[in-house]
Amino acid sequence: MLEGLMIGLETAFSVKNILMVIGGCLIGTFIGMLPGLGPMSIIAIMIPVAISIGDASAALILLAGVYYGAIFGGSTSSILINAPGVASTVATSFDGYPLARQGKAGKALTVAAISSFIGGTVGAILLMIFAPALASVALLFHSAEYFALMVVGLSAIAAFAGSGQIGKAILMTVLGLMLATVGEGALFNMPRFTMGLMDLQSGLGFITLAMAMFALPEAIYLVLDPSRSNTESGNNEIKDLRITKAEARSIAPVVGRQSIQGFLIGVLPGAGATIASFLGYAVERNIASKEDQEQFGKGSLKGLAAPESANNAACTGSFVPLLTLGIPGSGTTAILLGALIALNVSPGPRLMIDEPQIFWAVIISMYLGNLILLVLNLPLIPYIAKILAVPRTFLIPFILFFTLMGAYIGQNNATELLILVGLGVCATILRFADYPLAPLLIGFILGPMLENNFSRSMQLYDGVSFIYERPMTMGLLIFAAILILLPSYRARRARLRAEGVADGD
Amino acid sequence: MALDRWIALILLLICMAYAYTAFFTMDASLAPFMRNTPIWPSTFPKVLSVMAMIACVIILLGFEESLSGPKDGDIDYRRLTDYKLGQAVILLGLMVAYALLLRPFGFLGSTFGFIIAGSMILGERRLHILIPVALIAAGSIWYLVQEVLGIFLRPLPFFMGV
Repeated sequence: MLEGLMIGLETAFSVKNILMVIGGCLIGTFIGMLPGLGPMSIIAIMIPVAISIGDASAALILLAGVYYGAIFGGSTSSILINAPGVASTVATSFDGYPLARQGKAGKALTVAAISSFIGGTVGAILLMIFAPALASVALLFHSAEYFALMVVGLSAIAAFAGSGQIGKAILMTVLGLMLATVGEGALFNMPRFTMGLMDLQSGLGFITLAMAMFALPEAIYLVLDPSRSNTESGNNEIKDLRITKAEARSIAPVVGRQSIQGFLIGVLPGAGATIASFLGYAVERNIASKEDQEQFGKGSLKGLAAPESANNAACTGSFVPLLTLGIPGSGTTAILLGALIALNVSPGPRLMIDEPQIFWAVIISMYLGNLILLVLNLPLIPYIAKILAVPRTFLIPFILFFTLMGAYIGQNNATELLILVGLGVCATILRFADYPLAPLLIGFILGPMLENNFSRSMQLYDGVSFIYERPMTMGLLIFAAILILLPSYRARRARLRAEGVADGD
Repeated sequence: MALDRWIALILLLICMAYAYTAFFTMDASLAPFMRNTPIWPSTFPKVLSVMAMIACVIILLGFEESLSGPKDGDIDYRRLTDYKLGQAVILLGLMVAYALLLRPFGFLGSTFGFIIAGSMILGERRLHILIPVALIAAGSIWYLVQEVLGIFLRPLPFFMGV
């Protein structure tokens, strides 16, 4: 490990790569602040730039910098205007926005900056320690286990996203998997479910779906309800940047716990920063004292620190499955995976052995990126707020325009834009009815991989016998079933008890 | 019946159509040699369709706690007309128009028009700010995408060359 670390230090601390980290963080932060442009779209836009660099480690360092910057920028808009540009910062707005409305925007941004920094740094340390171990475990994995692992990932996301309505979350996940079967698969040379349309031959565009699920419904919500974007009320004054000693003491355990928990969730394929932030918020709310619990949702510093440290740690954590197994832990890392393949790097267990300089340079640049973000964010806070005070009459057309561009640039196909609007309207209606949209997108991303591994195991074992012949597959699938059944069993019991039926058991 | 159960009903119908394709029509075009393999292109969709239909039925029959009311700060679809529904619908129409006009009208013209029209729908009337902002945005993004990133975007209408 030490030897690898030295190679990483040598690569990451070249002038070029340091500039890449700084550039990536800056680009990510500024674009990430615009609601509607999440890390996914920014990374997608930056891919051509990264590929033109040619050097795989420099390109990956740049993209990783963009990733952190975007997550960080997203928290800024969540706190200041309650417009989370990124799904993983939605939980940040629960308490960040009330704080900003109380005139404590400066304090909120500082807490967010510091929690993110700690979350990211702890994540990078854990990545350094656990990635090699995970990589060796990964070598034991066959396609049957990959299949089971993805089922676990999907079940975990359905279980966490559902919050008592797990049926809806499962339906959304399966719907995402079904959408992924549209078009021509890799294993079978025949188009499926295209309804004879040429435009569907290559399947649905991933960015189109991402934009339609998150950015467009958010923009429609902003249009429908103008009070959601109060940018013209003079609430954006930044004062009182410092946090007191007592406050620091109260949030320290929260940050510590959530950095570790966030990292572990980020490692799970399919979970990622969004789930980590929601779960972090939920856990901290549950274990807080009665008085603290009252404060959650009304401007609690703990409620802000928890999702912030968790999502940054999870971003780092999601690099573990990407770099060691070749499985993206989130939509963003899925795009990164695409970029890696374009750069002729195949992520997987061999990466650490074949190209250690890439692997370790990325880890080192994570420390560097976190440090730069902290240095960047603290003095810039007053100015950042001013950029965001764009009136909504300008802001919304631009969000819509960037949404359209994101989908168009990827495919260069105007039909994609019509699909985007159609899916966006469907997503908004689903959101009205409280259906979680994240599982659908994750299902769509993992769909082809899930099917390919399933098919490969079926071919190798000439049927479904791989499920009971391989103990690890069996174990993982049982774990997935528990993840799904336990919360729904609990919710049902709680309901029955509330109705007085299950009294006495 | 609450909206979420109506949606479950619609999704159930879609899943049934999907299942019909997977179970009955898809395998007809399968090459003879592929019939001997344990996995067919329709295998995975068959599993998915069954799972999706079960999930739809669970929601439809109300085994789960149904939608109670809007959460704090969320939009209540039952009072949709109290919100700016007209603006939202017109903006969506504008996006469709943009999609249809992007190729024939060129990127610069369509984008300029989209931003101006979008802002005006939302009530912006300060054209002396709006026009320069739209011009700069359309121009700079075209330059960034086409010249810096190298992704082709037809800048001008179809009758003006490129």
